[in-house]
Amino acid sequence: MLFEALLHEKVDTIFGIPGGAIISVYDELCDYQDKIRFFLFRHEQGATHAADGYARSTGKPGVVLVTSGPGATNTVTAIATAYMDSVPLVVITGQVPTSMIGTDAFQEADVTGITMPITKHNHLVTSIEELPRVIKEAFHLATTGRPGPVLIDLPKDVQIAEGEFNYPNDIDIPSYRPTTRGHPKQIKKAMELLKNSKKPLVIVGGGANLSGTMDLVNAFIDKFGIPVVHTLMGHGVNPRDERLYFGGIGMHGTVYGNYAVTHSDLLIALGVRFSDRILGNPKKFAPGARIVHVDIDPAEIGKNVRVDVPIVGDLKSVLKEFLNFDFETDFSEWVKELQGVKERFPLGYRKGKYIKPQYVVEKASELFPDDTVVVADVGQNQMWVAQFYRFKHPRSFLCSGGLGTMGFALPAGIGAKIGNPNREVLVIAGDGGFQMNIQELMTINRYKLPVKVIILDNNALGMVRQWQQLFFKCRYSATLLDDNPDFAGIARVVGINARRVEKPEEVDAALEELANSKSPTLLHVLVDPRENVLPMVPSGGNLAEPLTDAPLDSGIVEKIRGGSDE
Amino acid sequence: MSDRQIFGGEHEHTVSVLVYNKPGVLRKIAGLFSRRGFNISSITVGDGKDPGLSRLTIVVTGDDKVIEQIQKQLYKVVEVVKVSPIDPKHRVEREMALVKVRLDGGEKIELLQLVEIFRGKIIDVSNEGVIVEITGATSKVEAFIKLLASSHKIIEIARTGKVAMNRWESSYNGEGS
Repeated sequence: MLFEALLHEKVDTIFGIPGGAIISVYDELCDYQDKIRFFLFRHEQGATHAADGYARSTGKPGVVLVTSGPGATNTVTAIATAYMDSVPLVVITGQVPTSMIGTDAFQEADVTGITMPITKHNHLVTSIEELPRVIKEAFHLATTGRPGPVLIDLPKDVQIAEGEFNYPNDIDIPSYRPTTRGHPKQIKKAMELLKNSKKPLVIVGGGANLSGTMDLVNAFIDKFGIPVVHTLMGHGVNPRDERLYFGGIGMHGTVYGNYAVTHSDLLIALGVRFSDRILGNPKKFAPGARIVHVDIDPAEIGKNVRVDVPIVGDLKSVLKEFLNFDFETDFSEWVKELQGVKERFPLGYRKGKYIKPQYVVEKASELFPDDTVVVADVGQNQMWVAQFYRFKHPRSFLCSGGLGTMGFALPAGIGAKIGNPNREVLVIAGDGGFQMNIQELMTINRYKLPVKVIILDNNALGMVRQWQQLFFKCRYSATLLDDNPDFAGIARVVGINARRVEKPEEVDAALEELANSKSPTLLHVLVDPRENVLPMVPSGGNLAEPLTDAPLDSGIVEKIRGGSDE
Repeated sequence: MSDRQIFGGEHEHTVSVLVYNKPGVLRKIAGLFSRRGFNISSITVGDGKDPGLSRLTIVVTGDDKVIEQIQKQLYKVVEVVKVSPIDPKHRVEREMALVKVRLDGGEKIELLQLVEIFRGKIIDVSNEGVIVEITGATSKVEAFIKLLASSHKIIEIARTGKVAMNRWESSYNGEGS
């Protein structure tokens, strides 16, 4: 009955691992092989991240099927990751029979209790009769309003119970009716402010990707000639006039992007949640600006910053309303000012004897097609991708933004490839995070998925090492991974093409080979272990005062590579 | 009682929350409060007007921003049907307390007088002592307990927490159940 319901929701792909408390569902799966593709992973966290990568890259909900107890608890990190970034997932967990719930039975865990704060909604199914409605509601809740993961806990006796299958056509949850149309009065007010603004700035957030409205965002920017910046999750904005684009903002945003925020007189925030990584010091954030905040979730408005014009609604409908307005604007002076800052403080890095991670990212950005899905892990690698890879399409940059889950990239990349067989998928991970879900290399090989992987190996948990260098007097407590394995060797053992790259002059050819390869391929790139992510606004600092330079600590090279840097 | 000023912008605030009576709802709401760092002073639950719906009365402490967040976050719980702030100026509120008091000798009359003044009831009597029921606004219940404690030995107190409703004349009205 479960699969009939899933077919009604147009599910054709499921990620998971079987187990004792979900065995009968997996048995039934045999009868649906022609309609539903199932992908077996090597760890439930991997399966759930894969469903997440699938969902982020396609916009369709990712479906996960795992067993009770440890199977379910293994999904927790990945569910929390999806929750923080508002990704639609439906996670179905097996549960011990209803008669045994509460008895500490084998592989029993209170999964609805555990996942309550990290799901949009969860439900323990107690009878077969309610199952169709519960599934229908789960997909509705996961994909509408502010999307998010929904968990269904399915006891073993309910799985095998017989019942009449009546799938509801409509859904009505009176207590759940997200506002989609922005208030006309507020929309008018926002546009009045724009008309009178001298220095407006659009901030694009993850909401623009989630709602599939990047085209409208671009159109809005182009129509009024407004400069634009974006958050980590808002990558993919691409105005026709490139001169309006000022990159990312926040802790590792560009100097000019953060300057634009600080000197703007009107921020139009589209689908952002003003996280602490964006705000720095909230009291010093955008001191001269009125703030228009458009979001589908009313709880985000006014949560972290003061808002002058709150607009609760779906970006699509609100942007369409914005585009109905017609008036002349000329922000060329403001754009010129920002262009001046951009020329003075460009993003950059110095070349040297070692491979620079930034260069690898920059070159990959050149070589891979525009619509490539790039999946970064968490830490320095993620920030370098955010800074040096230019994304021109929505849903083309995936990473764990809110939770910052290391180990996300590899499995999420697999999910993205499963969902986008015709797009290139490039995973860029650091050596630390890569090892946190390295077992999924086997999954790549099992399904012969032509995922491309770059490991930027700096022999360190690099972002923490950077903080230790800058704020803890170079005491590298537990961050140097001088015993990293030969990742290319591991990949080859698993059955994946791989190459180890140690010298700057090898990089271009290796990346070209990677981009042209038709099979799963991994590049293990040994990068300069001293490199830091800059600019940087220290935690809680003022966006107007970024750190733009920091010395390289050459002592590290000796410690972890056993030689000097000369 | 108007919302009590605690300090600075912080004050006590009462919200009435109508929810679907489904398993785990109370846990979801309690969990929400602890996760978001909201301070619950009291919470009561009981059936509402319609079957299948329950009404929670929650007393929370916080500044205006926190109170606004609480209401918005409550609405994100799928089982929550309606969140109604209770008007600080136009409302009725009640709380009940049971107080077990030991009686050793001569203070009986004094106790009876006190119960009489506060319009309480004695609902259990024994040689050792009594149980008093007292109903009223939170401030009244607290005043009674304070006075009683100054002259008698209180063994045990059980309080229901506050239930509240907007008065007919309140501008906060507009929901059923």
